[in-house]
Amino acid sequence: MLSAAGDVLAADAAPNPWFDVHYVIDNWDTILGYTAQHVRLTVGAVVLGALIALPLALLARRTRLLSGPVLSLSSIVYTIPSLAMFSFLAPFTGPLSATTVLIGLTLYTLVILVRNFLAGLQAVPADVREAARGMGYGSARLFVQVDLPLALPAFMAGLRIATVSTVALTTVGVITGNGGLGQLIVGGFNANFYRAEIVTGALGCVVLALVADLLLAGAQRLLTPWTRGTAA
Amino acid sequence: MDEGDGGVNAFSQAIVYLNDPYNWTRPNGILDLLVEHIRISVLAVVLGALVALPLGIVLGVSGRGGGAIVMLSNVSRAVPTLALLTIFAVTPLGFSEASTILALALFAVPPMLTNTFVGFREVDRDVLEAARAMGMARRQVIAKVEFPLAVPLIMTGVRTAAVQVVATATLAALVGGGGLGRIINLGFGQQDYAQIIAGALLVAALALLTEALLVVLSAVLTPGPQRFSLPRPWRRQRGAPLETEVSAVPL
Repeated sequence: MLSAAGDVLAADAAPNPWFDVHYVIDNWDTILGYTAQHVRLTVGAVVLGALIALPLALLARRTRLLSGPVLSLSSIVYTIPSLAMFSFLAPFTGPLSATTVLIGLTLYTLVILVRNFLAGLQAVPADVREAARGMGYGSARLFVQVDLPLALPAFMAGLRIATVSTVALTTVGVITGNGGLGQLIVGGFNANFYRAEIVTGALGCVVLALVADLLLAGAQRLLTPWTRGTAA
Repeated sequence: MDEGDGGVNAFSQAIVYLNDPYNWTRPNGILDLLVEHIRISVLAVVLGALVALPLGIVLGVSGRGGGAIVMLSNVSRAVPTLALLTIFAVTPLGFSEASTILALALFAVPPMLTNTFVGFREVDRDVLEAARAMGMARRQVIAKVEFPLAVPLIMTGVRTAAVQVVATATLAALVGGGGLGRIINLGFGQQDYAQIIAGALLVAALALLTEALLVVLSAVLTPGPQRFSLPRPWRRQRGAPLETEVSAVPL
């Protein structure tokens, strides 16, 4: 909100507060729209990443021949800057499409999740699995009733890291015009360095990450009631 | 541009772009931007290290502040780099190189701080006791025993921070800063796939090169038999935790 009409101020003299409640109220719908996009992209990337990571982690656990390449490939993907990743995808999925952002983000969550899922699965004691097999458990039942409960804390830790970092990373999607709250950050910058908009976007991201982390921590508590006594 | 073979075309056009010497040598060409990118990154990492390493050593030796460090690295994960770059650009510093360097240095602190702290914390207590029993002073123990043993982890922190800074320096271009990100940003602005891909190839290559260079550097700096067991996650013993927790964030 600039000052009243007719009251012309030079850019330097115009008020440019770090945060402005009026800005938030007046632009509530826009902010909500970008927040919704941010949430859609984050949830989509984490869910897709988890769906792909789980079979990969299960495969990689079987043999060192597979876990080696999976881990080194994942550290290479990790090193590629997000802006470059979105750029590589742009010719295939369109430079102004949300799909570009979604696929890029999914690749990063995939990398985090494969590592954490694998770590969780590898930490399941071999004795326990052997005992279950000796009791006649098939591989599906073994996974659901033995591996999954024991690896769940590691799985959830991976999901939390992936979610929080994806919330931050989604902002880079502005390069395609689909950056969720990142649109406010760069939008404010382009609107003559309008600080209130920039700070609203930045705070929105941090709040979103915090809320997502708390929700996942709550889910973890509900899903693993047996760890409650020992958890710090 | 037609969608069908746009992808493959874009990559061959990018090679053409990169093969044109004029694109490298002209003012504000690839070489200029590369030098700028590296200058910004090196200054940011050095500035971050000047804060993180002494602080990490002091906290690690005294064993205090572990909780605060964990919290700092978690919070830093949630703050988008782009946000910080933009916020620094609208402070009185303006969108100068200094504000980019400061913002990036701030993000370089948590990985180096965490790893230095953990490096000093994880030194074997028996070794410390032996050193003290041999009559070493506190200062000698820190410099001659704890520090060499902590070097591998400190270097992991420096490597993580450096790769992160090189990668995120790209984002400065989105808010008027310099560096190789400009090529990508310009490419998106002009819908010019050749520039987009060429910029992306350069940025990715620089990040991977930084990683490789620092792997070698940390092997050189690490004394004794730890040297070659360092940065190879696939050589990890079974059951040992993966290198996931310590400030590994996509960039």
